[in-house]
Amino acid sequence: MPIDFLPVFLMVAAVITLSALILTLSRLIRPHNPYPEKNRPYECGVDHVGEASAGLFKVQYFVIAILFVVFDVETMFLFPWAVVLRDMGLFGYIEMFVFISLLLVGFAYAWIKGALEWES
Amino acid sequence: MDLTQVKTSVLLSGPEIIVILGACVALMLSLVPRPGQGGLIAGLSLMMIALAAAMSVTLGHTPQSAYQGMFVIDGLATYFKLLLCLGTALTILISSGYLADENADKGEYYVLLLFALSGAMIMVSGTDLLIIYIGLELQALSIYVLVGFLTTNTRSNEAALKYVILGAFSSGLLLFGLSLFYGLTGTTQLGAMATALGDADTNDPLLVLATLFLLAGLLFKVGAVPFHMWVPDIYEGAPSPVTGFMSTVGKVAAFAVILRLFMHDLTTLAPIWRTSVVVVAVLTMGLGSLAALVQSNIKRMLAYSSIAHGGFLLLGLLAGGSDGLASVMLYLLVFTLMNLGLFAVIILLNQGADRGEPIWDFTGLAKSHPGLALITLVFLLSLAGIPPTGGFFAKFYVLLALVETGQVTLAVVAVLFSAVSAWFYLRIIMLMYMKETDHPVKVQITPSIQLALIVTLIGTVLTGILPALFLDTAQAAALAGLS
Repeated sequence: MPIDFLPVFLMVAAVITLSALILTLSRLIRPHNPYPEKNRPYECGVDHVGEASAGLFKVQYFVIAILFVVFDVETMFLFPWAVVLRDMGLFGYIEMFVFISLLLVGFAYAWIKGALEWES
Repeated sequence: MDLTQVKTSVLLSGPEIIVILGACVALMLSLVPRPGQGGLIAGLSLMMIALAAAMSVTLGHTPQSAYQGMFVIDGLATYFKLLLCLGTALTILISSGYLADENADKGEYYVLLLFALSGAMIMVSGTDLLIIYIGLELQALSIYVLVGFLTTNTRSNEAALKYVILGAFSSGLLLFGLSLFYGLTGTTQLGAMATALGDADTNDPLLVLATLFLLAGLLFKVGAVPFHMWVPDIYEGAPSPVTGFMSTVGKVAAFAVILRLFMHDLTTLAPIWRTSVVVVAVLTMGLGSLAALVQSNIKRMLAYSSIAHGGFLLLGLLAGGSDGLASVMLYLLVFTLMNLGLFAVIILLNQGADRGEPIWDFTGLAKSHPGLALITLVFLLSLAGIPPTGGFFAKFYVLLALVETGQVTLAVVAVLFSAVSAWFYLRIIMLMYMKETDHPVKVQITPSIQLALIVTLIGTVLTGILPALFLDTAQAAALAGLS
């Protein structure tokens, strides 16, 4: 049984080796010349001001992020479903509509509750 | 899957589908704000729960498998589904007055209760580790939100946050155990897994690790020592009806999963978990009984009391066989009735969630409200396990199953801790009957909470008078599940 997982371990090993190799190589080749402006998150020379500079984000972003995750997952399901739809036939077709309608209930709730309004 | 299979699957999962559809309709209704909306949605929820329970009864005890062996209807599943429906219906009945007092009478409350119920029902019917996990998460996520439902109350918010973090941690443990089992057996379906583990070496370190992780994750959910530390804080902070819901429906569902995994399907693992469960059960009863002695908040005290009851329930697991299984099932029924009954009384005595629920609220209750005091007396005696109440027979059958399998030492330890735990229930009885107060609490009994009190009272007394009747039902369900 554990032998079945050999490709997974090979993959992990390859990923680790490759990233270590790339990081070491670039460290050896690149010029090393840091100064305060360069160490800023954005190197465009403009001082960052406003809410984000203190590390605080508006709570609205949180709601948007959660809603994004929901629809991201929906898309993730839709792609493989579209690929194998022909094999699953009518059952698979209806099944996805059940899933989407359940999701729509949540979406309608979020919309009517005003989760998509920026100003409250 | 061809269409006839789909049809049977949909039919067999009918109760869950009804509850989820009800929750969706209630969610849409909650968007139309109007006076008396809470009552309407509560009524709709109760109706849906009744429908789901009726559907469960018609599906019966005969083992039937659905969704390609991931979902099953059998004696265990049907019994626990009915119990979960009863617990949720009682919670809805005791909630409305409390929510109105706390300015939190929103339709979403009932929607979340329905979603939690559907998650719990999926848990008890799942025969695939992933389905069980999904049901568990659906139930847990709904309860996280319910715990924080009093948005302006800091205790409620704190409890919700703690519960999310610890719940995620315990789900992680459980998932790790599941993934190890998948690695060892190459399947997540319990039946196939049992076959694959048929002659497995129980000393295999990976198998031991997998079993212990799975067990730890589930023991976390039932709040057994040493995974109990979240219980008191969260029970205290949550809105009282939600605490009642968690301590009954949440516990019943988690125990149903433990019973299905360890007593029904993966019985070959018994030598691995046996010793650790003995230790956990004794520690759980001990710590629960002793820590409850010094609590001055009634919900905190009941949290420790529910930990102690959890320890007792684990003894049924150790007794094993259909007797052990039936005794745990009966215990869970009695516990649901008496605990929710007591929570109905706590809600009646509620003076605002910000003030907390000190046990002094019970002082002089016998003088100001003799009827209510008498009902409370029955629930407390039942929780303490004193005869003619259901609580006595619940404990009695667990002990009987233990003694019949020759584990007399454990039974004696259990009786001793049970005697210790009687003290803190008696303390409240003393407060009610022996002390007087100048400020008697004002109690307003609404018809819905009256109904809940009547149902729980009749249930608690009836299980005490006719215990054999209920035990036979549980045993029939257990046997139908075991075959």
